[in-house]
Amino acid sequence: MDNESIKERVQALVPEAQLEENKQFITFVIPAEKMHDLALSLKYNEDLAFDYLFCLTGVDTVKHLVVVYHLASTKHGHSLVLKAQTTDRENPAFDTICDIWKSGEFYEREVFDMFGIRFNNHPDLRRIFLDENWKGFPFRKDYVDEVNIVEL
Amino acid sequence: MAFSIYDFTSFNQAIDKALYNALPPVWALIVEMTIIGLVFLLFYALVGLFLVYAERKVCAFMQNRVGPNRVGPYGIFQTIADFIKLLMKELITIKNSDKLLFNLAPFIVIIASFMAIAAIPFGKGLHAIDFDIGILYVIAVSSLGVVGILLAGWSSNNKYSLIGAMRSGAQIVSYELSVGLSLLTIIILAGTMQFSQIVEGQATGWFIFKGHIPAFIAFVMFLIASTAETNRGPFDLAEAESELTAGFHTEYSGIKFAFFFLAEYMNMFIVASIAATVFLGGWMPFHVGGWSGFNHIMDFIPPFIWYLGKTAFVIFLMMWFKWTFPRLRIDQLLNLEWKYLLPINLVNILVMAFIVLMGWHF
Amino acid sequence: MKEVIHTPVPYIEEEEYHINMGPQHPSTHGVLRLVVTLQGEIVKKLKPHCGYIHRGIEKMCEKDTYPQIIHLTDRMDYLSAHINNHAVCLLVENALQVEVPERVKYIRTIIDELTRIQSHQLWWACYGMDLGGLTCFFYGLRDREKILDIFEQSFGSRLLHSYYAPGGLMMDIHPDFQKNVKAFIKYFRKKIKDYDRILTGNVIMQERTRGIGILTRDNAISYAVTGPSGRASGFSCDVRKHYPYACYDKVDFKEILYTEGDTLHRYFARMEEMRESMKIIEQLIDNIPAGDYSAKMKAVLKLPAGEYYQRVETARGELGVYCISDGNKTPFRMKFRSPNFSNLGVLDSISRDTKIADLVAIGASLDFVIPDIDR
Repeated sequence: MDNESIKERVQALVPEAQLEENKQFITFVIPAEKMHDLALSLKYNEDLAFDYLFCLTGVDTVKHLVVVYHLASTKHGHSLVLKAQTTDRENPAFDTICDIWKSGEFYEREVFDMFGIRFNNHPDLRRIFLDENWKGFPFRKDYVDEVNIVEL
Repeated sequence: MAFSIYDFTSFNQAIDKALYNALPPVWALIVEMTIIGLVFLLFYALVGLFLVYAERKVCAFMQNRVGPNRVGPYGIFQTIADFIKLLMKELITIKNSDKLLFNLAPFIVIIASFMAIAAIPFGKGLHAIDFDIGILYVIAVSSLGVVGILLAGWSSNNKYSLIGAMRSGAQIVSYELSVGLSLLTIIILAGTMQFSQIVEGQATGWFIFKGHIPAFIAFVMFLIASTAETNRGPFDLAEAESELTAGFHTEYSGIKFAFFFLAEYMNMFIVASIAATVFLGGWMPFHVGGWSGFNHIMDFIPPFIWYLGKTAFVIFLMMWFKWTFPRLRIDQLLNLEWKYLLPINLVNILVMAFIVLMGWHF
Repeated sequence: MKEVIHTPVPYIEEEEYHINMGPQHPSTHGVLRLVVTLQGEIVKKLKPHCGYIHRGIEKMCEKDTYPQIIHLTDRMDYLSAHINNHAVCLLVENALQVEVPERVKYIRTIIDELTRIQSHQLWWACYGMDLGGLTCFFYGLRDREKILDIFEQSFGSRLLHSYYAPGGLMMDIHPDFQKNVKAFIKYFRKKIKDYDRILTGNVIMQERTRGIGILTRDNAISYAVTGPSGRASGFSCDVRKHYPYACYDKVDFKEILYTEGDTLHRYFARMEEMRESMKIIEQLIDNIPAGDYSAKMKAVLKLPAGEYYQRVETARGELGVYCISDGNKTPFRMKFRSPNFSNLGVLDSISRDTKIADLVAIGASLDFVIPDIDR
């Protein structure tokens, strides 16, 4: 499936999706609450078949908290990047996708650990790298740690 | 016979007579036992030190290394240095462990190996006790060590130790059968369980040659089963260091660890001596029928050297496959015993009995 | 910022027999802690606990310039140090649209493959040791030493090289490089037969690993298990084939694929990869073109604002570098998609209902490097 038809399909599935131009991959910004349904159709539609979630990144753009999903299809060889974002910094919550792509389980724990983004229905949402008693979420841009982070 | 020049029987009897003449019988017995005890203690320590050194050198040889080479020429004092280090180390007491059993376990293991050595003939007339059921005694005593291993695993209050001990229990209970049955094959051939008579019976040819193929099969079976019984690789599941860190002796330190360590090597020495005595003629020199000149030269090599040489050969075999084989898994280990070794051994005994019955052996 | 409230999920239920493998354990190859729930010897459940060597490399990247970041990537998967460097270099070069000289591409490909061989040698050594065959460990390390000597001769360090720089290399290769690499290939072609003799053909090793820890192709894709571990399950994921970089489009090599997906075939996949790597090096080593060892680069590198994703094939799988730049000399966000982190996720599901000894074998066959998990 060529890039144009992937764009059309995603836009048909989620009308609110915004296409970002001039990127390495086809990139869509989608509302967080639509992510799970979109993920289901992306994986299980025969002609899309995005079965390989190879990267899941949390990003704090100061304005938004973003989760970036890098998807690829091992069957057709095409790739797609989805960005789900929220402005809620107090209690950000996304729907988990680890029931669709199992690699998501560890990736989401990492994002939760570093950004404090909660994933609903995640089977085992704990901090993965940091201590259970760690205060705050270090990868957020407003995280301050005067002891461990040396400002140059 | 020619090898009577190295006969220790009259020498021993002379000492015995002199002691009984000089002292009351009870005291004479006590003095004799003390002498034997001291001799064995010394022998035990020397063999232990030498075997540890030999293992490290053999293993280094297999692995493209030099091995110990710093302490003394060719590193021969390395084990002594290690032993001193182990003596000086702190004995760590484990919280919530069963103190009595924890301290008792290394002694049980080492006593078991110490007892077995008593029945082994090192030369003509050179043995502490010549039981008429020598083999049975050795089998019985050498498997007592598992009690110590089980206690060590249980009382350490450590899960790795417990798993190691349970593995060891299952392993030794199973492989004891094969050890017994493979020795039984030779007992049928020899017609006796007394070590001295078994060795005498090999004056005309070692049992491994005398007993045709069944004796050879029994030798291989004994080698496999006894390696498993001494918890050595590739059957070292009880201490499998990549799985259980150190198995049953994880929590032991200092001299208590040294006891386990020493007992392992002594057990290896004991099973190698049994293999040498029962299959390879013990202290009996190597004779070829008809070559009287050759046989005469062989007779001048002392029996003690023959015995040690054969034992060293078996020990080298055991080290060889320890350092080249990966470890088995517990279910494969038990499968190997119950599905392969045991049936083969049973058939082997039948074949051997048939051969002896028909008088086909040499 | 208000604290986000979360309730930790209890991960150990009462009355289960669980043991802690690690953080200090001989077969976790570093500070990985596995909480294993056992029933006798059988593994019922397994929870990996990482973070013992978490250094926040991604956070540090946000403060560092791009040439500095290269030195951090060495410390992730220290056995594929060159390949990690390569990922960042390619990212920067592609973002700045710098054309690197042909010579650099050749040298990078050769060194990447040497890195892969030495990583697999160490893996083979540890794999043998985890199965109880200690001699393998010394054989593997002996041969790895030869590659480290070549590395040391050319760029002065043995483990953490930081040899690649954006635009090329730090310095040119040693004059004897080609001769020594050819001598090594000749030597290792002989020695790899020893590997087969001592471990591959051993019946105990084969019986212990055949049919153990089976990872199906669907699961491999779903868990994003890449590298030799994924390819042993039939998941064609070789970045060198699918998204060629450096000289990989010029050389002829095979992507090793098996369909069985068990521990034994993960072993075979890596053994075959060593042979393929030697094939790649042989095709390139005589044809290194003359020229500069680096393209002209600006003193301060500023990536144009945007997002970049660059992947390379390390010895353990796909390393992805995802970088968001806001036009400054430091990245806004740098994310390393490390192969080991994804591979660790699958450990629980494939080691259930196996023996504790199998867990060690499966762990060895997945070939974890813990700093790469924790970053």
